[in-house]
Amino acid sequence: MTHGGLQRLAPYGLIVGLIAVVVASLCIGSYPMSFWRAAGIAGHLALPWSLPDPLPWPARDLLVVQIIRLPRVLLAVFVGIALGISGTALQGMMKNPLVGPDLVGVSSGAACGYVIGVLLDLPPGGCLALGFAGGVGAMVCTYALARLAKGTEGVGLILSGIFISAFCMACVGLAQFFANDGQLQNMTFWLLGSLARAEPHTVTLMAVPVLVAGSILMLLRWRLNLLSLGPLDAASLGVRVGFLRLLIVALVSWMVAAQVAASGVIGWVGLVIPHVARMIVGPDHRRLLPASAWLGGLFVLLVDDVTRVLRTEIPVGVLTSLIGTPFLVFLFWKRKAKGWMND
Amino acid sequence: MSAVTFENGENDENGGSGGNGGSGGSGGNGGSGGSGGDAVPVPDAVAFAFEGLGHAYVAERWIFRNYGASLRKGQVFALLGPNGRGKTTLLKILLGVLRPSEGRVTVNGRVAFVPQLFQVSFDYSALDMVLMGRARKVGLFTQPSPVDEAAALAALDRFGMAHLARRPFHEMSGGQRQLVIFARALVAEADILILDEPTSALDLKNQGVVLEWIDRLSRKEGLTVLFTTHHPHHAHAVADQAMLMLGQSEYVYGATSDVLTEANLRRLYEVPMCKVGFQFEGQARETLVPVYPGLRGV
Amino acid sequence: MTEVTHSRAPAAATGTSAGLPGRRGWALPVLLALLLLVAVVVSIGFGAYPMSFGRAMRLFWETLWPFSGNPTPDLAAIREQTVVAVIRPPRILVATFCGVALGLAGTALQGMMRNPLIGPDLVGVSGGAAFGGVLAMLMNWPIAAVIALATAGGVGAMLCTLALARLVSERNDGIPLILAGFFVGAFFLAGVGLLKSLPLEYSWKLPGIVYWLLGSFRGADPTKVWVIAVPTLVGGAVLILLRWRMNLLSLGDLDAASLGIDVRWLRWAIIGIVTIMVAAQVAVSGVVGWVGLVIPHFARMLVGPDHRRLVPTAALLGGLYVLLLDNLTRTMSGGELPVGVLSAFFGTPMLCFLFWKTQTRGWSGS
Repeated sequence: MTHGGLQRLAPYGLIVGLIAVVVASLCIGSYPMSFWRAAGIAGHLALPWSLPDPLPWPARDLLVVQIIRLPRVLLAVFVGIALGISGTALQGMMKNPLVGPDLVGVSSGAACGYVIGVLLDLPPGGCLALGFAGGVGAMVCTYALARLAKGTEGVGLILSGIFISAFCMACVGLAQFFANDGQLQNMTFWLLGSLARAEPHTVTLMAVPVLVAGSILMLLRWRLNLLSLGPLDAASLGVRVGFLRLLIVALVSWMVAAQVAASGVIGWVGLVIPHVARMIVGPDHRRLLPASAWLGGLFVLLVDDVTRVLRTEIPVGVLTSLIGTPFLVFLFWKRKAKGWMND
Repeated sequence: MSAVTFENGENDENGGSGGNGGSGGSGGNGGSGGSGGDAVPVPDAVAFAFEGLGHAYVAERWIFRNYGASLRKGQVFALLGPNGRGKTTLLKILLGVLRPSEGRVTVNGRVAFVPQLFQVSFDYSALDMVLMGRARKVGLFTQPSPVDEAAALAALDRFGMAHLARRPFHEMSGGQRQLVIFARALVAEADILILDEPTSALDLKNQGVVLEWIDRLSRKEGLTVLFTTHHPHHAHAVADQAMLMLGQSEYVYGATSDVLTEANLRRLYEVPMCKVGFQFEGQARETLVPVYPGLRGV
Repeated sequence: MTEVTHSRAPAAATGTSAGLPGRRGWALPVLLALLLLVAVVVSIGFGAYPMSFGRAMRLFWETLWPFSGNPTPDLAAIREQTVVAVIRPPRILVATFCGVALGLAGTALQGMMRNPLIGPDLVGVSGGAAFGGVLAMLMNWPIAAVIALATAGGVGAMLCTLALARLVSERNDGIPLILAGFFVGAFFLAGVGLLKSLPLEYSWKLPGIVYWLLGSFRGADPTKVWVIAVPTLVGGAVLILLRWRMNLLSLGDLDAASLGIDVRWLRWAIIGIVTIMVAAQVAVSGVVGWVGLVIPHFARMLVGPDHRRLVPTAALLGGLYVLLLDNLTRTMSGGELPVGVLSAFFGTPMLCFLFWKTQTRGWSGS
């Protein structure tokens, strides 16, 4: 029972930890700043009307936090939350613990759509819309292919995801080939997955889908339990499977498209984080979905902090892959592929 | 408790749990009559009925055609047929998941489904599983309340499994899992329970437990149960009516004892059958078991 | 035992249509060989340099034929002659050999692992070889070191994949292998990303490396021809000699052992050969994906599952396919599209089609 209690409290612990790490991340950089000052500034920025009239700290501190550091930190957190939520939602919906936004083609589909948008010189909104369409399209293709091959349950889905992703990435390569120099720079920059270009408007771009789609998914979290039983069983319990799946796919694609547009393809987070969260709070999505959201935010933020502390320009996507794949290998080994194959 | 005993004669040995089943199979048989589907009972007493039913996944390649049957509420219906004859397809149609290519289906009540070999990708606890039965009561954007949890726990308790509520579903035995799914059906307030080969993966003892619960659910809770099986004696043990899927548009349907004859089963499975007496819940029954002439120990 | 029946099921299905391995069965491979020869010669006539096809062919004939009178002395003609005799042939040879190597590697791996979804890019060999190659290039080491490191990386990645798959399940085939290969490949590609982003001494070579990594035959020279030709010809010859043994291997360890052959050394020999061939291919032309996976399927459609005919057919088909792709990029105007991108663009839809048609038969473990 104590274990159960611990599991129940874990999501709250994680969100407290996330907030603490957010504040600590504001202190990282060449301009020195104490934890409490950063906390004070962040607290006042979170509640804008309470900004004291004579500022208790130098205006420079405020500017460093508000203009330079906060956007990047917030972007990292939102990216992580988006990936954690979408990974968990997809794994639950497809009742397959091996899927993630990068494995069912959403990420590469979104990248493909976005790159085409850049190629056509569309405004950022248009690029984002195309990215969304690409993400949804790729996911539908993956699912349709798996369905055609009669393998929606297990590996069939993953295989078709790998194929569709590879095709989308080939399309990205083609688009890069046809792009002019300015467009190419815009494209290659984020294909590796980087948070270096965090600006207030990118944060807004990211925040709206995460807050809206994320909260809807949060409300649907118990329905994920039901969907994870499989379509037949869920339908017999009175769940409108088709509608719910469509809704979840749309919400996930929206979040992932925004994430790809803001920071490029950041791999393996959406796949790994749900597993870690499941280890902490168990498989019940009522606790799992919040836990993986906070954990995803925490993970991406910490990885980004590492690159900032080391002052390297190693893209976050590279680091998450380097951390994520060995972890997945470990998981794969420990669980003896249980539940990963349709055995 | 395990009341399925095979005997080679007619001697009625009263073993185990006695006649708490109350009205036996004979009570149900009277109403709907024998073979054929022409005697249509009063509509609101019917749990489900279908006629002229046919399905083809690919146009003009019929899995089955012109099937018809009906079942009164509170009865148990056994569906027998060789692999690939479309048992699961028929179940899906009754569940409303699959739209039949032709024919008419009436389902009078709420259906719960228990799939064959129930497996979940995630390691939910037994309570989590039962709780999912409340899906209709819980709003789309809300989470189940303590009331729902209490209902789930009560349902588990009725199957004597309240102490296993926090046990991961995966760690349970096949029989226990089957009972958890039964509890879920109760929580879902289902009127009709559809089971796809509920005994196929179980050992003999647990087969008995599951059959007993099927019997009890129909007699005591008034649930209508439809199950598929490959064992004629399971049908004999609990079913009021049975249907044999003999061929594409050939079937036999009626009271279990009328339908499960040696001639019919021999046609169905293409093996000779021999008559065996046994008793279940205090009543003497008869069933047929296959004879494999080519083998030594028949 | 289930996997045995799986590997046999498609065999039985296609084997009947292909007929017995008789004279008719060999007609297709011979035809393909002739076709490849013709394609190699005809490819001389394609390229970015503005020259008519007929003129290129005639110039090529003049270079080959020792008695062809006096060479025309004007400058334009000399330039054209250089293009035809010096620039184009190495590239065509490299492309052909790479295709042959990939076709052979894919067929050998699929037969050995009894899994039609295995390809050099999916068991991690390509990723590991790319990592080794990039490392050596960033250190500005000579081509020999690039190949050595690429081979080491390829072997290392393959070993990781096999070890991981073995840790997970006793069977040396099926899904664990695919997943393990996928993880290992992704890890090494992330390593490549890391190398690219580290500030190293020779980072100015990066744009070239990135282009190379996407898979391209640009900049092929006689050295590269040797680098790819030797492993392909030697390894290919061994594989072709072993081709009947692959039939036995594809039955599975237990079956093969019951027939009285020790399959272990055979397996390791094949793994070694395949890895060296793929590493050489990556060292020369970067990651050209989806060839080693797709080509064996088409070869199997043409001549059936018998490795005696399948291995040569896949080799020829691979050479033909890659040569064709390369000709396509060479003739496309305005810059050059990497062949790797093209092969993924054409290969993945084909694979999707195959995946659908085979209905995951033998693709998923159960």
